[in-house]
Amino acid sequence: MSVGIVGYGAFIPRRRIKLEEIAKVWGADAASYRRGLQLHEKSVPGKDEDTITMSVEAARRALVRAGDLDPAAIGAVYVGSESHPYAVKPSGTVVAEALGITPQVHVADLEFACKAGTEGMFLAQALVKAGEVEYALGIGADTSQGAPGDALEYSAAAGAAAYLFGGDSDRILAEVVATYSWTTDTPDFWRRAYMHYPRHGSRFTGEPAYFRHIMSSAQGIMDKTGLKPQEFAHAIFHQPNGKFPIRVGKRLGFTTAQLETGWLSPWLGNTYSGASPMGLTAVLDIARPGDLVLITSFGSGAGSDSFVLRVTERISEVQDVAPITRVQLDNDKIYVDYGTYAKLRGKIRMGE
Amino acid sequence: MFSPARSWREFPQRYRLEAARCTVCGKIHYPPRLVCSACRGRTFETVAMPREGAVVTFTTIHVPPKGFTEQSPLDIAIVELANGVRVMVQVADLPEADELRIGDPVRLEFRRICDDGEAGLIFYGHKAVRAR
Ligand SMILES: [Zn+2]
Repeated sequence: MSVGIVGYGAFIPRRRIKLEEIAKVWGADAASYRRGLQLHEKSVPGKDEDTITMSVEAARRALVRAGDLDPAAIGAVYVGSESHPYAVKPSGTVVAEALGITPQVHVADLEFACKAGTEGMFLAQALVKAGEVEYALGIGADTSQGAPGDALEYSAAAGAAAYLFGGDSDRILAEVVATYSWTTDTPDFWRRAYMHYPRHGSRFTGEPAYFRHIMSSAQGIMDKTGLKPQEFAHAIFHQPNGKFPIRVGKRLGFTTAQLETGWLSPWLGNTYSGASPMGLTAVLDIARPGDLVLITSFGSGAGSDSFVLRVTERISEVQDVAPITRVQLDNDKIYVDYGTYAKLRGKIRMGE
Repeated sequence: MFSPARSWREFPQRYRLEAARCTVCGKIHYPPRLVCSACRGRTFETVAMPREGAVVTFTTIHVPPKGFTEQSPLDIAIVELANGVRVMVQVADLPEADELRIGDPVRLEFRRICDDGEAGLIFYGHKAVRAR
């Protein structure tokens, strides 16, 4: 039985902060960040937006694209994030309740730094393939934070992408051709319990972590499927900044034309668990039947999930029925200054 | 602030915008009620409300109640949904320079409403945002 994506959706908050606005507070050189990391601005969640609210909105859009579908037919809901609003009480319970999927559903929250979203997608498609559930929802969402003044503060952003998987061939808009995962113990980034902000291994986050895992995972799935870079219409790699996804793509043998559609980070920032899944929503928004698509995530710690997808004829029927990712990224932005940003992100200590 | 029990009872209306339609006269009640205000009927069926509507009227609260102070100023609107039912909701994502007008199209989005302190429950529901 073939399994695939039957619905997808993205949600991007309207607020943005420009790189200069952060740099001026910390006496940093904005031009060198722009050049070095290829970042211009990033999304900022409002006080009333979090992993749960963005997941609900992204998933509603996925359900619209899935067509008339009884939410009760969804047998599994997985929410991948490193910014679940509760330390104990799954985000997925609220999401499933809001979507009308409860009570006969398997729900779990997942965590694996920036690849928690593709973990959920991996499990969701596998359960459908095994025949355990009719439909399964995998969501990646984050409202991540960097410590004030840290390099991560320039990139940590907010957004969500949701994927509904199913096995009914008349609903599949992108078939899952293959999956592949590559994981080791690599201490490049972590956050201990009760800590507000993560720590990272600075330059150690590049070669041994991001590049090694993504290269191995992407090469692994190409070896497994016998596909070459030039056979793909689009490729999406995890985007912690603007620079890394293009560099890793080029090293693997992909061209700018194959990489640029899913390359959102220069204007979105790093949405962590939402990052590569949102790159994929941007690709599906313009993909054509028959297109082969590679998506490779990366999560610090470290691991990388890859998927090869083949877009079907149904794609053209669903692209315009819910909000387009690029339209959300480019329009109706509300720019905030650093003071407002600090308040929205809870970086200001309030009185009792 | 709501207790866990009260907020849990209200999940269907707050999370899924479920309303009660009187099976006698057809009037839709949101939030749901036990006796129909039009015909005194006592039997209802659950209907989901549309999330699209238009602003009927609005106001801005500059001194919001406890739990909402960080969101000051608080924009509140009465929105007539596509099925004719009017709901009172907060308006989200409205910068100061963006003036709301009567008749403006809006849609309801799932948002955090408030929380019971840093260690307490988080309450979710719907707010109006500009339709685009
Ligand atoms: Zn009645």
